Amino acid sequence: MSLRIYNDHSRFKDIIRGRIKKNLKEYIKNGDFISKQGNEKITIPLPQIDLPRFKFGANNQGGVAQGKGDVGDPVSGDPQKGEGGQGKAGSEAGEHVLEMEVSLDELADMLGEELELPRIEPKGHRRLHTKRMKYSGVHVAGPEALKHFKHTFKNALKRQISIGKYDPANPMIIPIRDDLRYRSFRPINKPESNAVILYMMDVSGSMGEEQKEIVRIETFWIDTWLRRHYDGIDSRYIIHDAVAKEVDRNTFFHTRESGGTMISSAYKLCADIVDKDYPSDDWNIYLFHFSDGDNWSVDDTRLCIGILKNRILSKINQFSYGQVESPYGSGQFIKDLREHLLDHEKVSLSEIKDKEGIYHSIKEFLSQGR
Amino acid sequence: MPKLLTKELADLQVKVEETAHSYGLDFFKSCYEVLDYDEMNMVASYMGFPVRYPHWKWGMEYERLSKTHAHGLSRIYEMVINNNPCYAYLMESNTQVDQKLVMCHVTAHNDFFKNNLAFRHTNRRMIDDMANHATRIRRYMDWYGVEPVETFIDRVLSLDNCIDTHSDFIVRKSKTVVKDEESDTPKEDEILKIPSAREYMERYVNPDDFVESQKKKLSEKKAKQKHFPVEPEKDVVRFLMVHAPLLRWQRDVMDILWEEAQYFAPQAMTKIMNEGWASYWHSKLMTEKVMDSSEVIDFADRHSGVVAMQQGQLNPYRLGLELFRNIEERWNRGQFGSEWENCTSMAERRTWDKKLGLGRNKIFQVRKIYTDITFIDEFFTLEFCQKHGYFSYGYDKKRQEFLIESRDFIAVKQKLLASLTNLGQPSISVLDANYENRSEILLEHTYDGVDLDMQYAKETLKNVASIWTRPAHILTKQEDRIVMLSFDGQNFKEKIIDRAK
Repeated sequence: MSLRIYNDHSRFKDIIRGRIKKNLKEYIKNGDFISKQGNEKITIPLPQIDLPRFKFGANNQGGVAQGKGDVGDPVSGDPQKGEGGQGKAGSEAGEHVLEMEVSLDELADMLGEELELPRIEPKGHRRLHTKRMKYSGVHVAGPEALKHFKHTFKNALKRQISIGKYDPANPMIIPIRDDLRYRSFRPINKPESNAVILYMMDVSGSMGEEQKEIVRIETFWIDTWLRRHYDGIDSRYIIHDAVAKEVDRNTFFHTRESGGTMISSAYKLCADIVDKDYPSDDWNIYLFHFSDGDNWSVDDTRLCIGILKNRILSKINQFSYGQVESPYGSGQFIKDLREHLLDHEKVSLSEIKDKEGIYHSIKEFLSQGR
Repeated sequence: MPKLLTKELADLQVKVEETAHSYGLDFFKSCYEVLDYDEMNMVASYMGFPVRYPHWKWGMEYERLSKTHAHGLSRIYEMVINNNPCYAYLMESNTQVDQKLVMCHVTAHNDFFKNNLAFRHTNRRMIDDMANHATRIRRYMDWYGVEPVETFIDRVLSLDNCIDTHSDFIVRKSKTVVKDEESDTPKEDEILKIPSAREYMERYVNPDDFVESQKKKLSEKKAKQKHFPVEPEKDVVRFLMVHAPLLRWQRDVMDILWEEAQYFAPQAMTKIMNEGWASYWHSKLMTEKVMDSSEVIDFADRHSGVVAMQQGQLNPYRLGLELFRNIEERWNRGQFGSEWENCTSMAERRTWDKKLGLGRNKIFQVRKIYTDITFIDEFFTLEFCQKHGYFSYGYDKKRQEFLIESRDFIAVKQKLLASLTNLGQPSISVLDANYENRSEILLEHTYDGVDLDMQYAKETLKNVASIWTRPAHILTKQEDRIVMLSFDGQNFKEKIIDRAK
């Protein structure tokens, strides 16, 4: 049923969303949401919106109350808040922080609107689905093995009481055919993911904590946005210094290696994974690589470009390279990529100076809608 | 959808109302509607009315109520609106004893609405008018767009505590304006002279310096009349509505909001009395007539929740209830009049009982002719204050918390009265609508010891300026200095006028 107030409520929510959107830059910078996933709600504290009034300063006025205590004792509780009378709606809302719940999907939409990101048109004609059974209800018929004892017992009890056959002194319950209940199941279509994001990160000595934090936040938002467009999505993580290896998410964000940097090792591994697991006809493949741009040698850089051109770019939706500024790196790699691949339609390059830069960088990466 | 009363509830209504009549309560016909929790939250957000104009602030209130309800922090038992017939709402999930209590409570509110003087001029068809207001505003939104109308409503709402709540009862001084062309110098025949019969006496009866001073007085008076408004105008909203360069729809919206603010003002003026009166009667009716013996515990639980004393908070239900009981007892025992006032013997006062039995009559009279501020002024006595342990508190800047300031009767009463003065809102009036002869508007905050919240004042002033379409100023005091806050359409300026004495 729909109530009249729902219009006012959604109007209010629109205003709140507008506020969140306005401050999105702040929220993006801040890494607090990162532990959340999918449909989980995020609570965003906002200052209470309020109609301005000529009113007395909150702490100037004081007042009168009732109770124990000597002169000079603190008044317990916050006397300015609300009014007594349990169970009655106070006539004025107390001044509190407004907590707005938004799902990650909504946040992703706001991100999309604010950054003017285009919708993504997934490739691959068929949607892959797997069927799974889920016990979700109770039926009057079914195999003995699935008998729902509690329901059956309750029904029998109800019936016996209502016809007066129940004797509390001798509580014997005998179910008859009509009382029997069975667990029932329903097939559920679980969409099989047909998109994969491959994150690569340079973890060589020159990537410090701050640089990793930036990568962490940026990948979170990219992840959120892409997940908004694909029902299921695979994420794979590759870290590299002089050699590359595939790791899980946790390791990806928390390892600190040291040593030299051979970016080609990561690209090689990445190309292998794509070849092996993700046939490009069916899969939407997104590659993100973050590094401080300091590669071992010119030869290796040449090798990287070769791998990209020959083995990777033709199969994927997009290759994104984000270069995080670090005090140790030379930042040369992005220049080399620019020189060789700038015109390539599937390549997007971005330099991230600091946390403020994340916002802009996300826009650069995702503004092509591939 | 609101549901009709069940048979049990309908019977209950008859029973409660018959009982209430027998005690002398006099009320409008009442209509109860049964609502589920969501509808209740909606109606509560609309401040008791089923239909209000579209605005996000109802949505905000609904969000708050729904959340606190979902977390089990609050529950609305009853709601009643001042209307004829009087509408009241019952929560579907309430227990029978709750419904009884609510009906008793509501019937007493109904009696209060009908009889208290403050409500004499309120619109008793407000439920219809609210719906009409909603239709009008909705139409403006269709014609002129949601954004502009809503923004304008926001602006006017931010001034809705700057109305003249007593305007229904007082005819304010003449507001006629002298035309600009007239000069300040008075004509010869206008000067007030003492009549003298003989011409040669003229110089003695009306000496030159007297004539001169009369002339000066008159020209000052004329200059003042040229001043616009002639007297400071307390009803800021009304003033803007009449004199600001508004579009027709804006004027109409302003009129609507002004009317609604006026309608709610008496309820704010009688909060303590009204709730006290209702609590007095629900407990009386329930315990003496309506309740079954099996319901005693539940009733006691509910009642104690309503009148609970929360440490450090003023509960209007409790204060009102205790005052009404105190008045009844005093008048029953004859504890009033000069004999009582002049009696200094504590022992005598304690056992004072003239067995007059006037208590019931007195409280009915009180509910008719008092409002909160006169109610407290008259009946909040030294004995009452001490017996019920009232204290005043204030904010201690060093310790950054609220401390108990005093238990002294005079101090407590002063603070209590101060918090009720002008409904606890700062008193703002229009001082000059042609400030500096630049048709800028100058407001004045009549300072009574408490500073304004400057952040809010700035935002509000902005709204005044945008309604007036010219720069706006307000005179107030900050930390004992007279300050003029100005907004010129772009920037704020704070000017210290004078160091106050």
